[in-house]
Amino acid sequence: MATYTEDDLAKDLEGKEYEFGFTTDIESDKAPKGLNEDIIRFISAKKNEPEWLLEFRLDSYRTWLQMTEPEWAHVKYNKPDFQDITYYAAPKQSKKYESWDDVDPEMKETMSKLGISLEEQKRLTGVAVDFVMDSVSVATSFKAKLKELGIIFCSFSEAVQEYPELVQKYMGTVVPKQDNYYAALNSAVFTDGSFCYIPKGVRCPMELSTYFRINESGTGQFERTLVVADEGSYVSYLEGCTAPQRDENQLHAAVVELIALDDAEIKYSTVQNWFPGDKDGNGGVFNFVTKRGMCHTNSKISWTQVETGSAVTWKYPSCVLKGDNSVGEFYSVAVTNNFQQADTGTKMIHLGKNTKSTIISKGISAGESQNSYRGLVQIHKNAENARNFSQCDSLLMTDRCGAHTFPYIECKNSTAKIEHEATTSKIGEDQIFYCLQRGIDEEKAISLIVNGYAKEVLNQLPMEFAVEAQKLLTISLEGSVG
Amino acid sequence: MNNNLKFIKGLTPTNLSVNTNAQKNASNVLDTTDLPTTRTEAWKYTRVAKIGKIDFTNEATTVTSIKGKKVIDSPYTLVFVNGRFSEELSAKSFPEGVTVTPLSTLEGITTQEEFEGDIFGALNLAYLNDGLHITITKNKVVDEPIQVIHLLKGDAQLSNFKVQIDAEDFSKATVVQGFFSEDSNNSFVNYTSDIQVGVNTYFTMEKIQDEEAGNFHIGTDTVTQDKDSTFTINTITLNGTLVRNNLNIAVNGENCTTNLNGGYLLKEKQHVDNHTVVDHKVPNCNSNELYKGVMNENSTAVFNGKVFVRQDAQKINAFQSNRNVLLSDNATVNSKPELEIYADDVKCSHGSTTGQLDDEAVYYLRARGLSKSAAAQLLVSAFIAEVIAEVENEDVKSYIYKRLNERFGWDINPEDFG
Repeated sequence: MATYTEDDLAKDLEGKEYEFGFTTDIESDKAPKGLNEDIIRFISAKKNEPEWLLEFRLDSYRTWLQMTEPEWAHVKYNKPDFQDITYYAAPKQSKKYESWDDVDPEMKETMSKLGISLEEQKRLTGVAVDFVMDSVSVATSFKAKLKELGIIFCSFSEAVQEYPELVQKYMGTVVPKQDNYYAALNSAVFTDGSFCYIPKGVRCPMELSTYFRINESGTGQFERTLVVADEGSYVSYLEGCTAPQRDENQLHAAVVELIALDDAEIKYSTVQNWFPGDKDGNGGVFNFVTKRGMCHTNSKISWTQVETGSAVTWKYPSCVLKGDNSVGEFYSVAVTNNFQQADTGTKMIHLGKNTKSTIISKGISAGESQNSYRGLVQIHKNAENARNFSQCDSLLMTDRCGAHTFPYIECKNSTAKIEHEATTSKIGEDQIFYCLQRGIDEEKAISLIVNGYAKEVLNQLPMEFAVEAQKLLTISLEGSVG
Repeated sequence: MNNNLKFIKGLTPTNLSVNTNAQKNASNVLDTTDLPTTRTEAWKYTRVAKIGKIDFTNEATTVTSIKGKKVIDSPYTLVFVNGRFSEELSAKSFPEGVTVTPLSTLEGITTQEEFEGDIFGALNLAYLNDGLHITITKNKVVDEPIQVIHLLKGDAQLSNFKVQIDAEDFSKATVVQGFFSEDSNNSFVNYTSDIQVGVNTYFTMEKIQDEEAGNFHIGTDTVTQDKDSTFTINTITLNGTLVRNNLNIAVNGENCTTNLNGGYLLKEKQHVDNHTVVDHKVPNCNSNELYKGVMNENSTAVFNGKVFVRQDAQKINAFQSNRNVLLSDNATVNSKPELEIYADDVKCSHGSTTGQLDDEAVYYLRARGLSKSAAAQLLVSAFIAEVIAEVENEDVKSYIYKRLNERFGWDINPEDFG
C-alpha cells in the first residue's frame, strides 16, 4: 500500500514553487541608489512634507548612523548593503485616480492575480482597501463612507498633508525613532504607509485593510502605519502582503504603531506571504519589522499574525500595557520551509494594575528552516494582579529543520501570576494512526493535524482573512497534500 | 593588563602543575576580558561589578574543627580551607575503589584549555589554590557518600578551587559538596569542576551552598556523560549573597539520563542565578530539569535553562520546569527557559510559572485553625519539598530541613515529607 509519509511531504514541500511570483511592469519615478541626507531631503521634498517631519527624518538618520545592526536574533543572512537600495520609487502617474476605472489595467491585473480584486471587494465584502504599490497609495475606497463617521483612513503621506497635527502628536510615541536599528532606518526613509484614526466612541463598521506589495526590483520598502483608536472606539485592521519573485534579497523594514486610548480596542491582523526564496535558499525578502501598541486604561490590543513568507523574519509585535485593566493579546502562526528563517514573538510589558496578556504562538518548521520564538513578559513593580499566560508550541516536519524557544520572563511583583509553557514535537504517529483507522488517508491526516494545530490562532482572524490564511498554510506547507 | 579586576595584581599565580597551554589561554582571557556586565547576555540579570572592587587576597589559615560546618557525618570527608587542602581535618582512608588525590600533589593536571571569554573559569585556573582528583574505579559501587567541605575563613578571601571526578565505567558513587564560611564577609568562592561519567555509570552530586550572607559564590560544573550513564545533580542554595551556578552537561553517549534539580529559598538581598545547559549530541536520551524557588524580602532569583538537541539526535525526551513563588513586592524573578532543537523526533517541553501562595489553600488551612504564618510555612515548605525529595541521601535531606528551620523559623520534621 502506498502510504503518504512525512518524507513524501517533505519532498512535496521542497518542490513547491512560489505561487504568487510575478512582476508588474510599471515605470517608476526613482531616487538614485544610496542613502545620505540628500536622499532624505529628496524624499521629503518629493512628498511635500512639513519642516518638522524632515527634521524627524534627519534626526533618525543621524541616530541610525550611530547604531549597529543587531545580531542577537537566531538568524543568519548577508547584511543588506544600505547604499545599494533605492529609497524612493513611485508609480509614474502622479495624478490621483478619479474613479476605479482610471486605474492602469496592468495594475488591476496584478491585484486580481493576488485574488483581491478591488471591484469584487468593493461590491461584496465591505472592506475598504488601501492598496500600496511601491510606497505610494494608488487607490483608496470606501473613504466617503468612513468619513461620515469621522474615521480617517488614508495613506500616510496624505495624513501628513491633511491631518499634520494628529500625525505629529502620535507618530514616534510608541516606537521612538531611536528604538532600534531598523526602526531608526524606517523613521529616516519611510516613503508611505497607512494612517487610521477612529474618533471617540465610534465602532468602525468595517474591517480596514491594506495590501502591501513590493514591486520595483531592488526597492526596499519602508512602510509606516499609525493607528489611533480614540476613547471608547473599536477598529479591526487587516494587513496582508504578497511580493513578486526576485533573485536578490529585498529589504523590508516597517514600523507599525498602535495607540489604544482609554476603553478603546484595536485588533490588528496580518497575513504575511512575501517571497521566501526558492528551494535552494536563494533570494527572498528580509522582513525586519517593529510593531508595538500602547494600551491606555481599560483598552485592548490584539495582534494576530500568520507568517508564511520571507527569507528572514525578525518581528515582535508588542503591547505596552500602560493603563490599568488593559489587555494585550498575541496569536501567531509562523511557518518556515526550505531555508527560511524566522525569529518572531512578542513582548508584553505590564505597567498598569490588573493588566492581562495572552500569548499563543504556533511554529511549524519544514525543509531546512529555522523557526524561533522569542518573547518577553515583564511585570513591573506596580503592576498589581497582573496576569500572563503564554503557550508556544513548535511542530517539526523534517529532521533538518530547527525549532527554538527563547522566552524571557521577568517579574517584580508578588501578586502577579505568570504561566509559560512550550512544547516541541513532530506529528504524533498515534494521531496519524487514529485518522487512518477512520478512513482518512495519511495525506489528509497530516493536513488535518497541521490545520487543527494552528486553529487556535486562525480562529482569531476576521472572516475575510481566515480564508486567505488557510490558503496560505496550504501553499506553504501542504504542497499537494491537501 | 586591561581588565577591571583590580585585586589580581595582589594574587600569586598557581604553582600547581597545570598544562601550560591552558595556563596561557587563561591568562590571555584575563588580560583581554572585563568582568561581564548586564549587557552580556549570559549575565543579563546578575551584576558582578562589586567583585571587581574588592581587594581579595588568599591567606593560608588553619581551622581546628569543622563542627557545624558539614552536611553529613561521614568518615570520608575532605576539607579545604580557603581553597587549600587541610590534611589534618581530612580522611586518610576511603572506601574500596575510591582514590583521592589533592591536585597539589598531582603531576600534570589535565583540564579544559579553552575559556571562550569565561573570565571566572580563567581566573580559577590561572590562580588555582588547590583541588581534588577523585577516581571511582571501574565496576565499583560505592555506597558511602564522599563529602567535600569547602570552608571560607576571614574577610575578602578569594578561593579558587577545582574538583575533578572520574567515575569510571560501570561504577556508582555519590559526592556531597558543602560550601561554608566562618567569620567571613566579602569573600569569594570561585569553583569549577570537571566530571566524567563513564559507561553505564551512576553518579550523583549533592551541592549544598551555605556560605554566610555577604559572600560570593560562582561555580561552574562541566560534565560529560558516556553511554548508558545516569548523572544527577541537586543544587540547594541556603545562604550566600551572590550565588551563580553554571551547569554544562554534554551528553555524548546514547541511552543517558540527566537529572538537574535545584532549590533556593531566599531572603534579605540574596541573589541566586542558576544557568544550566544540557547538550544532547546523540539520540535516545532523557533529561529532566526541575528548579523551584521561594523569594522573600529583597531577593532575586534568576533561572536560565538551555536544552540543545543537535541534528540527528533523535528520540530525545527533554523536560524543563522552573517554578517560583514571590512572597514580597521587592523580590524579583527572571526566568528564561530555552530550547534549541535541530531534530524532529523529539519530545521537549519547558514550563515556567511565577505566582504567590494560593489564597484558597491558605483559607482552607486557616479554616482548620492554622495561623496565617503556619499556613504559609506549610505551603511554602510543601512547595520546596518537591525538589528536596529528589535528594536521595536521608542525612543530606535532614541537614537541608534543619537549616531551613533555622533560617526561616520553621518547625518542619523532614519525615513529614517522606
